[in-house]
Amino acid sequence: MMKKLFLLVFATLFATLALAQEAPDVLVRQVTDEVLEIVRKDKSIQNGDAKKAIELVDAKVIPHFNFQHMTALAVGKDWRKASPQQQQQLTAEFKTLLVRTYSNALTSYKNQKIVYKPFRMNAGDTDVLVRTEVQQPGNKPVQLDYSLEKLDAGWKVYDVNVAGISLVTNYREQFGQEVRNGGIEGLIKAITDKNKSLEGNLAKADGK
Amino acid sequence: MKGKLTTGKRRAGIAWLAAGMLVLGAPAQADETVHDPLEGFNRAMFAVNEGLDKVVIKPVAQAYDFVMPLPARAGVGDFFGNIADVRNALNNALQGKLGDAGSDLGRLLINSTIGIFGLFDVASELGLDKHDEDFGQTLGVWGWEDSSFVFWPVVGPRTVRDTGGLIVDVYTDPTWYTLNKSVAERNSLVALRYVDVRASLLPSDKVVEEAAIDKYAYVRDAYLQRRRNQIFDGSPPRLEDVLD
Repeated sequence: MMKKLFLLVFATLFATLALAQEAPDVLVRQVTDEVLEIVRKDKSIQNGDAKKAIELVDAKVIPHFNFQHMTALAVGKDWRKASPQQQQQLTAEFKTLLVRTYSNALTSYKNQKIVYKPFRMNAGDTDVLVRTEVQQPGNKPVQLDYSLEKLDAGWKVYDVNVAGISLVTNYREQFGQEVRNGGIEGLIKAITDKNKSLEGNLAKADGK
Repeated sequence: MKGKLTTGKRRAGIAWLAAGMLVLGAPAQADETVHDPLEGFNRAMFAVNEGLDKVVIKPVAQAYDFVMPLPARAGVGDFFGNIADVRNALNNALQGKLGDAGSDLGRLLINSTIGIFGLFDVASELGLDKHDEDFGQTLGVWGWEDSSFVFWPVVGPRTVRDTGGLIVDVYTDPTWYTLNKSVAERNSLVALRYVDVRASLLPSDKVVEEAAIDKYAYVRDAYLQRRRNQIFDGSPPRLEDVLD
């Protein structure tokens, strides 16, 4: 029993490690294919089970993201004004917000096709853009690009672009406004409050 | 692209810029924050539109989404997409992208015939990529990159530049002409297209609702980012990273 468990843990660890060392375009393709395969088979996610979608994103997608960098980009210049502890709080709350809202997008998945655009990178590159396109009959294709950086732990996504809109920097003006009104603490509170209200919605949906 | 501009085009761009400034009296802004001198007006119009959308537009779009089977939806999308290739060809030509303009005309020819009045996008299957151009983008390519944001009820987010662009787009859009159809037919087509576009945005409603701290600012900034991306045909130069 113990031996089996140990083998399993080892195998999982090895698989994760192997994935982390992949080229960035291969990584994006593997994670996308894996997640969509699960959604295609999972009727409850297709029917709008947000909680299950969040669990899926937490398990499969989150390990490949660098949320600290994402949060710094979203906050912009004010990031330097935040203490290390505030930076940690901001990162945690912003991560929760992004995961909540965009996991939801998975629940509206309807057989869209992902097309991977040709990818080029030079040998020493540590910051790359992986371009994909979402295709759906009768609709214009939607551009979906990932910015990745190379860290010791492998390639990590630090920005996602949908139709040219960065999901990260699109927050900059809103966050800046909160900082102007209530400082870094005000911003932390604003995101925390937003998360709490979403949590309430989730609980309500659960109780039906 | 910009290096190839003729003086005539640039003059036209400047004329538009001047016209836009006269219309709304928008002062040029030099600071880094988002260009929104009309914020008060915009937020009021945004609220009006939210109400209108909630009571009329969204319910109609939802009903449409519910009754239309997917193949019919795709046909409607392709039909209007085919008409939009007139606009794509024209604006690609105006932006000096003659190859793309030729490809758009080829698409129009193929889809209007083999594609049965544009109901099927055969050209995409044949490898002729669909473009997405309009006169607002053309003005952007001609040098009018930054423009004040304006939110219109029913029409939605625009900039001063894109409002002018929209007027030109309407004049160059066969859907609006009544040469081969009655006014009633024309109006039905315009309404159908509007509802179809709104219906295609339904899945993103919830995301925006949940993601935004301030929905108006979220929509505005998303619009401005998307337009910048379109003007540069999907590959805008990177903005400087504030953390570097």
